[in-house]
Amino acid sequence: MRRRTRALVATAGLFGLALTAACGGSPGDADPDPTTDAGSDEQITLTVATFNDFGYTEELLAQYTAEHPNVVVEHVLAARAEDARANLTTNLASGGEGLSDIEAIEVDWLAELLQYPDYFADLSDPAVEGRWLESKVAAATTEDGRLLGYGTDVGPQAICYRADLFAAAGLPTERAEVAELLGGADATWDDYFEVGRQFVAASDSAWYDSAVSMYQGMINQVEFAYEEGDGTPIGLTNPAVREAYDAVLSASTDDGLSAGFEQWQEDWVAGFQNDAFATMLCPAWMQAGIEGNAAGIEGWDIADVFPGGGGNWGGSYLTVPAGGEHVEEAQALAEWLTSPETQVQAFANAGTFPSQVDAYENPDLTGAVNPFFNDAPVGEIFANRSLAVDELGFLPYKGPNYFAIHQSVQDAILRVDVTGEQNAEDSWSAAEQAVADLGL
Amino acid sequence: MSVITPRPPTAQRPREATARRVGFRQRLGRWDVKVSPYLYISPFFILFAVVGAFPLLYTAYVSVHEWNLLGGQGDFVGLTNYGDVFAQPTFIKAIGNTFSIFALSSVPQVITAIALAAVLNANLRAKTFWRMGVLLPFIVAPVAVGLIFGRLFADDSGLVNALLTQVGMDPLGWHSDRLTSHVAIATMVNFRWTGYNTLIFLAAMQAVPQELYEAAIIDGAGRLRQFFSVTVPQLRPTIIFIIITATIGGLQIFDEPRMFDDQGLGGPSRNWMTVAMYMYDVGWGNQKNFGRAAAIAWLLFLIIIVVALVNFLISRRIATSDSPRGAARLLARGSGEAGHTPAADAGRPTSASKET
Repeated sequence: MRRRTRALVATAGLFGLALTAACGGSPGDADPDPTTDAGSDEQITLTVATFNDFGYTEELLAQYTAEHPNVVVEHVLAARAEDARANLTTNLASGGEGLSDIEAIEVDWLAELLQYPDYFADLSDPAVEGRWLESKVAAATTEDGRLLGYGTDVGPQAICYRADLFAAAGLPTERAEVAELLGGADATWDDYFEVGRQFVAASDSAWYDSAVSMYQGMINQVEFAYEEGDGTPIGLTNPAVREAYDAVLSASTDDGLSAGFEQWQEDWVAGFQNDAFATMLCPAWMQAGIEGNAAGIEGWDIADVFPGGGGNWGGSYLTVPAGGEHVEEAQALAEWLTSPETQVQAFANAGTFPSQVDAYENPDLTGAVNPFFNDAPVGEIFANRSLAVDELGFLPYKGPNYFAIHQSVQDAILRVDVTGEQNAEDSWSAAEQAVADLGL
Repeated sequence: MSVITPRPPTAQRPREATARRVGFRQRLGRWDVKVSPYLYISPFFILFAVVGAFPLLYTAYVSVHEWNLLGGQGDFVGLTNYGDVFAQPTFIKAIGNTFSIFALSSVPQVITAIALAAVLNANLRAKTFWRMGVLLPFIVAPVAVGLIFGRLFADDSGLVNALLTQVGMDPLGWHSDRLTSHVAIATMVNFRWTGYNTLIFLAAMQAVPQELYEAAIIDGAGRLRQFFSVTVPQLRPTIIFIIITATIGGLQIFDEPRMFDDQGLGGPSRNWMTVAMYMYDVGWGNQKNFGRAAAIAWLLFLIIIVVALVNFLISRRIATSDSPRGAARLLARGSGEAGHTPAADAGRPTSASKET
């Protein structure tokens, strides 16, 4: 699932260019007598292309120039990940001319980029081994051991819930109690749905916002959902896919646990103000979305628990296009930008949750609380959730055909959960047809 | 140029060299007359060759190859891409959607625009204010229109459904039913384009000779009769022009349906996916299949040629039936449109393939 901020769309067209222009300006403090400490005394400018908000402020980038006076860092900012993706893919396809020295990518684009690793410099380096969560590194490593990108943030998922609605339905409200209620360390999807059934019996609100997001959470715990390990597409033949589909839709429609929204749609946004649902799967970056949509609503809290163990949704990397002029210097900058210390600063700036293991012991991170979520210790909670992702023991394999097939199932769930056009059985047949039409 | 015969004629025959030189200058002069006009209009055609014709042909080249957005050119596969596109039910559905949205938008659009123009043509106070007012929606960016109407047409929380419930009707599934979604999208298109068409009609109405109305009044025609028997027939060339441009715009419709939901793929059942959206999804979506996308671009090009030809024939019929001069002028304009726009359209998909 792509990480999008609906609200950003509105501003994208209007302010995108302005932002790019504003952030593209270099400090212009080219030192005529550079002190050499970065292996080269040549005056160079490195461009870093990111999107949304990576937390790389001017001050943060200026720190690098302070340490390496011969390097000026220019930040190229796209308002939306989609814009950055279109820019990256078209520029790669046309020979890499207009690319920045460092290009940020989202985890979801890895599947297609890993097919063409030659476009990128191999960033593997003994110095950075063990820096990140294992799952974070493994996802960006090719079969022959080349590392495509340095991890920036991750999207470890917890459960966000409405304590006030829980109280009204007679459920516990303390976040530790809620975590226990949902199954604690051994939480399963069955536990989560079972509590949901208790909740909806005693409340007018639904249990969760969207069936697609539940399916998303479940399928991210399946190692080979739609493809074999070598990338061969297997369509919808994996029984685990059908099981997840059936479980989600029976909980959503038969038990009425779903509010029937599609995430980021108007109705979903309005649902935050109408008490439409009581829980959400909650990647670290979703906090900002909930806070924005649920402004004025009190009662949101975060429980340190996730059904089926750990789950990651989203997160990004920094890559270095191989055709750049300053590949070595760019790699050094990317290494610095993704160091635990820098990433903790970025977390403080923009809430992007670090993928660096050492960062989880940094007091600036572990001490972080979010006032909107009843002062939940979000640093600690999401650090635990990140480690739980690694404890799964495998990564969902997302090959070149993953998203095309996934789209078919997602559409099938939307037809049942949101638009109500079809029942689960018919919609599944339509999904099978759609996969067949892909001609994989 | 006054270089020819600069001197009065003399008895002596001019030397051959001079004669040749003068001849050359004469030829230059002739060329100047013959070639210069083409030279003056050549910037357009050179520009067109670069940004129109070349992408058009290159798209055709891409469409007969396996071609991945990132991987680049693959094997020559002949017409396989075209066959694959036709085998996809989504493509057929997209064509249906495109024509349905087109019909739902252009018909009410033309009718409303004529009616509005007739009102604006009347003797109103603050004429310019009203006339500029109808054009306001046109300057709103399509993406902004999409966002605003997306909010209005939200299924549960939208204003339109709230109003429908207020007057005792059932709320409509703007995102679940195929036809209702087309109505919602056509509404966005109409919002944007009705004012533009109104102004064109208004300009045409002001050119209708006053004598015709005077004669009609003497014959005892009322306001309504004047409108239908004088104004509308006089507007027929303009109506055809509007229909042609609306057709071309309608078949390329992209922004409004793409902004109708967050995924921009025409909903889970592809209920409002248009051909242009389908092309974009195949080329830049999950498939990244440029070959197929190019094939779709060419098919859309051919569809537009066919529709443009139909329009051409209609406009020719009007030329023979009604006021010949006005229609002939229109015919010239119409054929210009028909010849130019499909190419310009095919330039849109290929502007990206150019970057490959």
